[in-house]
Order: sequence, then structure tokens, then C-alpha cells
Amino acid sequence: MKQLLKQYRLPILLGLIFLALFAFAPQVAVRSSQKVLEYSVEMVFIIPPVFILMGIMDVWLPKDKVQKWMGRGSGVSGTLLALALGTLPTGPLYIAFPMAAALLKKGASVHNMVIFLGSWAALKIPQLLVETKFLGLAFTLARFTLTLLTLLVTGFIMEWLLGKEGERHWLPDSEDEMMNDMKRMRMGRKEKN
Amino acid sequence: MTTLIIIYGMTGAAFTVSLLQSRQKTKRVLKVALMSFGKTGASLLTVLGIVGLTLGILTPEKISSLVGADAGFPATVGAAVAGAVTLIPSLVAFPLAGSILRAGASVMTVSAFITTLVMVGFATFPLEMKVLGRKFAFLRNALGFLSALVIAALMGVIL
Repeated sequence: MKQLLKQYRLPILLGLIFLALFAFAPQVAVRSSQKVLEYSVEMVFIIPPVFILMGIMDVWLPKDKVQKWMGRGSGVSGTLLALALGTLPTGPLYIAFPMAAALLKKGASVHNMVIFLGSWAALKIPQLLVETKFLGLAFTLARFTLTLLTLLVTGFIMEWLLGKEGERHWLPDSEDEMMNDMKRMRMGRKEKN
Repeated sequence: MTTLIIIYGMTGAAFTVSLLQSRQKTKRVLKVALMSFGKTGASLLTVLGIVGLTLGILTPEKISSLVGADAGFPATVGAAVAGAVTLIPSLVAFPLAGSILRAGASVMTVSAFITTLVMVGFATFPLEMKVLGRKFAFLRNALGFLSALVIAALMGVIL
């Protein structure tokens, strides 16, 4: 119970802020609630397949292959692959986080995952078409090129800061470790009995 | 809609293949999926709450009046911040950016807004941190914000 409270302290805090808004600024509260509803619908539909896809990647993707395709030694072709995966026409950025995490655990390089997330966020093909329509071709081309360049630099910086071979301490616990923890807990209980 | 079709199609196909190959492994797929979902549940709720609050307070009209017709560095930084805290689909964002540009904002300001809008996610930060770790999330967003300012400055020179 205490654990659960701690885990959910942010949503609870946000809930309290919403309550306060309803009391003091009902207009904002109503508008905010509408947005929450709107995005909840989006998430309810988009989240389940994303987590299943992540599970499939976790179980089926061979580690040595991912390492070869998108690891530190994969060079230009690895970066191009990450870029291509990112520009595929698929959903909001937040669903790319679990996929990037799954690939990182399989040995993809930090640099390539920064490129993957960045191109997913900023260089999507359908998005570029909309951008051209409203902001013009020159604007779109210039932003595309500059964004790609800064992404490459960001990738190098983050690889340098985080990408030490085999050290992924900054990554949160993997599912396997969690399962092992649970097994250990169960075993501990049995021993007590 | 197309997004959903693509994602469900991809997942459905991959899942079918997985099921045909090995029931045992498919069970593990579902286990991993459920566990990751359980772990990120709180972050997803947090993201929803922050998205609601920021969009409830920062309406499109307010963003365009905030970003305004002002040129110069302060307006650009303001636009970058506005882009970083809001989470709007690009189908809404680009028309909004277009109207801000026509209303007299500089190319610099609009590029800063667009770039942080897509690359920096204040609202999704809790989720990113949970899934990819605090360091990764912080660096990616901070460097994204700096990049946006550099991109904006260069865009101002080029265009």
C-alpha cells in the first residue's frame, strides 16, 4: 500500500491540482479535463499494441543481430537504419520510448537510439508534408537539414557520456531482473513457511 | 486513424508469427508486455495529467499571443519554452505555426517553437524517465532544447 502510494504520488498530486482548479478556475479545469479525456482515448487505443510489440522485440529480437545492425560498430548503416525506422509513419513520440529501451537493452548504441527518437519526433514523412503545406518548402527543407545535423551531434555527445561498452547502469531495471526479484521474493516466502 | 491501423497491423502480424513459432515464447511476450505496462502505469497517468493542465492553460490563442509578433531573442526563447511544455499533434501544430508566422512572428521564433514542440517533451518526461532512465531523458531533452535555439538562429540567417 505504501509502495503503491509512493509510485502514484505524481498522479495523485495532479488529481489534487485538478480539484483545486475546479474550485478556483473552473474554466481552465473543464478545458483541461476535456484534453485529458481526449488523450486518454488516444492512449487507450495506442498503448496496448505498443507494449505487446515491445514484448515481442524483447523476446524475439536476437541480441547479437541488434548489436551488429545498430550497435556501436554498426557505423553509417546502423545510423541510416535508425533514421529509417524513426521516419516510418507511426504515432506520437511517447510510444517510441519503450521501443528504444527494448533496442538499447539488446545492444543498440546510444547514438543510434538518439537518432531513432529524434527522427521519430521531428523528421516523419507525413509530418513533413503537413509542414511544407503550412510553412513552405524552404522552411521545411532548412529545418529538416539543421535538425538532422544537430541530432547527429546530440547522438555523439550522449554516446560519449552514456555509451560506455556494456555499462548501462543508467537504464532502469530490465523486466528479466524484475521477474528474478519476484521469484526470489516467492522463494523467500516459501522458506519462511 | 492510419496510425492505429499501422500499429495494430504490425503488432497483429508479429504476434501471429510469434504464436505460430512458439506458444511458450508468446506467453513470455505477454508477460513482458503486462509487466512493462504495470511499471509505467503511473507515468502514463502523470503524462495525461500534465498534458491536460498545460493544454488547459495554454490554449492555441494564448500561445500565438504569447509568441506574438515580437522578434528577437527573448521571443525566441519564449517560443521554445512554449513548444517544450505543450504536446500537440503536428496536424494542429503546423497550421498554428503557419498562422503565427503570418501574424508577423519571425522565422526564428517559429522554428524554435516547432523544433521544441516535436523534440522536447516536458509532459512526456515522466514516462521517458521511467522507461529510458533519468540521465538519458534529461540529456535528450536538454540537448534538444539547446539544438532548437541553434536551429532557430541559423534558420533566421538562412531564410
